[in-house]
Amino acid sequence: MAEKNERGTNSGIIIERLRQKFGTEVLEMFAQAKDPTLHIAVRTLSNVYFDEKKNMIMLGNKTQKRTFFDLKDARKFMQTLIVANGCKNLIESGKTTSIRDLFYNTKHTIGDTKENTFDEQEESDPIIEDIEVSANALREELHLRAQSKGSMVGDLTIQDAGDTIDLRKMGSGGWAVPSIVEPDIVQFKECGAKFILFIEKDAVWSRFNEDKFWKKHNCIIIHGGGQPPRGVRRMLRRLHDELKLPTYVLVDNDPWGFYIYSVVRQGSINLAYESVRMAVPDARFIGLSSFDQERYKLPNEVTIKLDDGDKKRVKEILAYPWFQRKEWREELEHMVKKGVKLELEALSAKKLTFITDTYLPEKIERKEWLA
Amino acid sequence: MAEYREIAISEFFEKNKHLLGFDNPTKALLTMIKEAVDNSLDACEEASILPEINVSIQNPDGANFTISVEDNGPGIAKMHTARVLAKLLVGSKFKSLGEAGMQSRGQQGIGISACILYAQLTTGRATYIESKTKGEKMYSCHLQLDTSRNEPIITDEKLFESPKPHGLKVILDMKGVYRKVKGVDDFLKYTAIANPHARITFIDPEGTKTIYERVAKELPKKPKPVMAHPHGIELGTLIKMLGRSPSRTVFSFLMNDFSRIGAQSAKEICQTAGLDVQTRPNAINRDQAEKLLASMQAAKIQRPPTDCLSPIGEEELLKGLQKTYKAEFVAACSRPVEVYRAIPFQVEVGLAYGKELLPPDQLAELIRYTNKVPLFYQQSECAIYKAVVKTPWKRYGVPQSNGNLPMAPMVITVHVASVWVPFISEGKQAIASYPDIIKEIRLAIGEVGRKLQRHLSSEKKKYAQERRLKVFEKYGDEVATAISGLTGKPKAEVSEIVLKEIQRRRG
Repeated sequence: MAEKNERGTNSGIIIERLRQKFGTEVLEMFAQAKDPTLHIAVRTLSNVYFDEKKNMIMLGNKTQKRTFFDLKDARKFMQTLIVANGCKNLIESGKTTSIRDLFYNTKHTIGDTKENTFDEQEESDPIIEDIEVSANALREELHLRAQSKGSMVGDLTIQDAGDTIDLRKMGSGGWAVPSIVEPDIVQFKECGAKFILFIEKDAVWSRFNEDKFWKKHNCIIIHGGGQPPRGVRRMLRRLHDELKLPTYVLVDNDPWGFYIYSVVRQGSINLAYESVRMAVPDARFIGLSSFDQERYKLPNEVTIKLDDGDKKRVKEILAYPWFQRKEWREELEHMVKKGVKLELEALSAKKLTFITDTYLPEKIERKEWLA
Repeated sequence: MAEYREIAISEFFEKNKHLLGFDNPTKALLTMIKEAVDNSLDACEEASILPEINVSIQNPDGANFTISVEDNGPGIAKMHTARVLAKLLVGSKFKSLGEAGMQSRGQQGIGISACILYAQLTTGRATYIESKTKGEKMYSCHLQLDTSRNEPIITDEKLFESPKPHGLKVILDMKGVYRKVKGVDDFLKYTAIANPHARITFIDPEGTKTIYERVAKELPKKPKPVMAHPHGIELGTLIKMLGRSPSRTVFSFLMNDFSRIGAQSAKEICQTAGLDVQTRPNAINRDQAEKLLASMQAAKIQRPPTDCLSPIGEEELLKGLQKTYKAEFVAACSRPVEVYRAIPFQVEVGLAYGKELLPPDQLAELIRYTNKVPLFYQQSECAIYKAVVKTPWKRYGVPQSNGNLPMAPMVITVHVASVWVPFISEGKQAIASYPDIIKEIRLAIGEVGRKLQRHLSSEKKKYAQERRLKVFEKYGDEVATAISGLTGKPKAEVSEIVLKEIQRRRG
């Protein structure tokens, strides 16, 4: 029952939305011999737009029909209803679970056939996103957790599910950022940090942690293990909003790294409907810049040639409407012109701690960032 | 100086047996049956009797076969029996290109006498004949050929009472090889398809009895004898006809011995050829004959009459296919009579299609007929085969690799009827590739092909529809469970609504 739910106050509303949209309405369509159809928001490039005022990627209002009596849709239609029902049960039980759990929970053989409701988790994951948008519910509100990756340490104390955690005493591994970091779970307490540093990679983050960068410079360091998961993105947004701290983003100098910066700052295509809660529109790009090789006289040996995939990606990115800022384009165009990319580790060619001793502090002091 | 001598008929036979269909023991056995059955069918039809033919092959001692073919035809009068059956090259059917003629199965009058001779040469035994004409006593005898004089030798003649109204029975012993596939069994099966008005019973050497029931109650239209058409004649034939004609003048010769020549045309032909209309036919020399032929061929003359042919008929073809094959689809097409080299011919195509007809991934079976007689050899050289493989079967929804028969569980029958079928050789097993004939075959195949294509695409649609509903049924239960969970309504109630809608869409 909805009342059992200890977390959100929203539970009852979400269950009602799921019941209405995927239960009652669909049954009605069957009963009245209308084509049972679900309208699902399109979550591709064709249905996102860049809101210049908010500086965010937003979801448009294009929807696609998912009709039961259509061979190519029938299976997905069934899967959508199964997942909706699964979510409803989950909310009622008051438990949260991983999306992988939900996949196993809803996966079974259909009747006396040899077909499964789901074969791969890749089939159920996008459907969960469909339901989030359709029911206007956050993933957390559906009681679902994404795989958590990403760690955080810094001059901050937090409370997580009732436990007080001092992020200054997290050893070498840091505090694992959970998938759900909503205020009812995570609250911020004493904070001495002056800024937030988001680092693309785990390994580089470890360098910063080992060198106690956050202690020397009074900051919070956080990584998302590559493209950051929802939890990390939501955490960045909350840190920025609630602690009123500037956010710096440190990524590899390649199109993928730069795109991570853009996602942190203004959101992604697939989760455009989440930009409002996750994007940090004034996040600052601190490095690596395409101009850093010249600026820091890095030897040629540490560069890597751009491959075809990299070049193709640059072209793609430059075509996005939210990549029209002059400074951004210069970064990418210069990268192509040089024909090489740089990993964060390239700075170690100077000295192992160059990145923490010199590079970052200098950049911040000289305000050498893009926004 | 060369010595001229008359060669013995047996020697002639020995040297030419390939022309007569006796080149190997397998073929010899088939030819025996074929000649006897063809003769029976022709005789019955000429006498307007629905044919009933009993064929049996016995093989008591392993080497020799005893073949019996019995019909309910008119029989042969006692006085003619020996001459008709046992003298080579005697028969009502012997004719050459361009001469007056009529569509018939046998064409050379060699048939049964060659069989009697072959039996005699391979086993030394005489052929037993039983013949009864209406109202007469049954006549029986043993027949052999005097090969040096080409005369029959008759022994054991008997006359006796028999309850049988009329008919002919031939029993002969021969050396041969019996083969089931593309042998006697197939020959009779194919013959039954093209002759649905006949009832054929067959007892094979193992004693297994097969009956091909009559499915058409009416006799096919009788072919009418037809005079040669002036456009379809060769010089040699013309000279021969001029010499033999009873007409007194070339003018009446043209009118009497040819079809479609009236007084006006006859006069014009003579004029163009520079001949006096009063010239006696047998007085015309070679050069004059050549001019006459050129003039005849240049003259504007109506096409030959078309009632000289006796097609199987679309209805009958369908019946024949249906009784023989468990087909899900049959189609037939009888084309109108056409002419090649001024000789009338007619093409008929039948098609049976069904998953159970042939094993999968096998080429279609092609059955070729001329004048309702199935052809067994030289398939790839035959105009029929060429026309079938050149047909773009993919257009009709049937896979086909280049230059091959289509790949589908189907049987294609192609029948070419003509007063004079242009075989590529005396073996009479393949039709020469006249463009006019190939074109007609292609047109007929096109017609049945289009019907097949419609059938296949409607089958496909039915199958797709069925598959669709299966998919919906499969997912329907899952959908119902989910809706029931979401709405809290009982599963049974939701299921009923969902399944009802799926069933409704079955239509």
